[in-house]
Amino acid sequence: MSADQTQLAFDWSCRIMSDNGCGFPAPGLHSFLFQPIAEVGGFEFNKVMLLALITTVLVVAFFWAAFGKARVVPGKLQMVGEAGYDFVRRGIVYETLGKKEGEKYVPLMVSLFFFIWIMNIWSVIPLAQFPVSSIIAFPIVLAAVVWILWVSLTFKRHGFVGGLKNLTGYDKSLGAVLPLVMVIEFLSNLFVRPFTHAVRLFANMFAGHLMLVMFTVASWYLLNSWMIPAAGISFVMTITMILFELFVQAVQAYVFVLLACSYIQGALAEHH
Amino acid sequence: MIANLVQLAAEEEQSPLIPPGPELLVGTIAFAIVFFFFWKKLLPNINKVLEERREAIEGGIEKAEAAQVEAQSVLEQYKAQLAEARHEAARLRQEAQEQGATLIAEMRAEGQRQREEIVAAGHAQIEADRKAASSALRQDVGKLATDLAGKLVGESLEDHARQSRVIDRFLDGLDEAATKAEASR
Repeated sequence: MSADQTQLAFDWSCRIMSDNGCGFPAPGLHSFLFQPIAEVGGFEFNKVMLLALITTVLVVAFFWAAFGKARVVPGKLQMVGEAGYDFVRRGIVYETLGKKEGEKYVPLMVSLFFFIWIMNIWSVIPLAQFPVSSIIAFPIVLAAVVWILWVSLTFKRHGFVGGLKNLTGYDKSLGAVLPLVMVIEFLSNLFVRPFTHAVRLFANMFAGHLMLVMFTVASWYLLNSWMIPAAGISFVMTITMILFELFVQAVQAYVFVLLACSYIQGALAEHH
Repeated sequence: MIANLVQLAAEEEQSPLIPPGPELLVGTIAFAIVFFFFWKKLLPNINKVLEERREAIEGGIEKAEAAQVEAQSVLEQYKAQLAEARHEAARLRQEAQEQGATLIAEMRAEGQRQREEIVAAGHAQIEADRKAASSALRQDVGKLATDLAGKLVGESLEDHARQSRVIDRFLDGLDEAATKAEASR
């Protein structure tokens, strides 16, 4: 790691039609690598980690401001907070788990939703411009929390054998294909499910970030000679993608929490 | 520079699907903090307030319902009173009409009686007057007639008995003539 490496994801000097001979600095895996900005006791601290911690601070600070001194007649901030809280509580948890069963999981789901959403939103915030959840470690942590919760709930609710039956989709009426179904179900529930749960969020944010970087870099790269109109198109695409990403960020946070709820619901459901 | 970064990518990240350890740790801590605050402090806080609000609203609704019930009962009471008052008024009017009618009848009867009394008194008076006039006339006419006859005849008709007999006979003759004339009419 030499000193001249910066946090820039591409080379500023590369322009189309320019004679320095370099090509389009396409974004790639290197767009997801960051130099450490500090080193604490051999622990390399980088921009993504910083953003993750700022996410924590922002979410807690906002809801502290909104709910810290909550009033029966709400202020503006409390009203916004309540709307968000209500969206997750009623719109996701109560919808899938019901009010009685779901109430216990509301704090987890609310934290998941807002934590993920803000992590995603960094993608379009100037200076940050990087979705924290496009580093797979973060989705993995969250998916693991959900996985541990619903697997332990399965065994707690149905006992060991009942839990296994639940996980394997045990159903006598299937007859000869039952062993096959059980193997597939077992693998699918226990291993594929947490993987897809994490990767769905990661891949969406990863791809979104690639697209944004691609159009942003292209807008700059094309801004030369007669290619300037193309740069304009690229710039419009950048704006469009930002708007689209804003949508995807919210949707992915919603989907992640919705899936978490449906996994828990499956764990709690009576064995069919 | 770009070559450096790409090389760095090749060195450091075998695949974007393999999670780097430090990030796992940071992610866990970051999320744990968020979850802790929501779980222990923020959501209990807001839930308490939401519950209070729900109760306040329900209390308000209950109050409104109570007020409505009271208003309803007052209205019914008022309507009952009004109906009673109307009934009473009708009864009074009826009574007054009846009283008026009897009063008028009484007055009429009284007037009739008074009229009859007056008429009867008038008749009696007239009768008495007629009788007095008649007797007075009888005396005067008798005296005048005797005087006249005495003068004419030159004979004293002082003798009372004779005189009286002659007068009565004359007057009876007059009466008779009058009755005949009346009958022939």
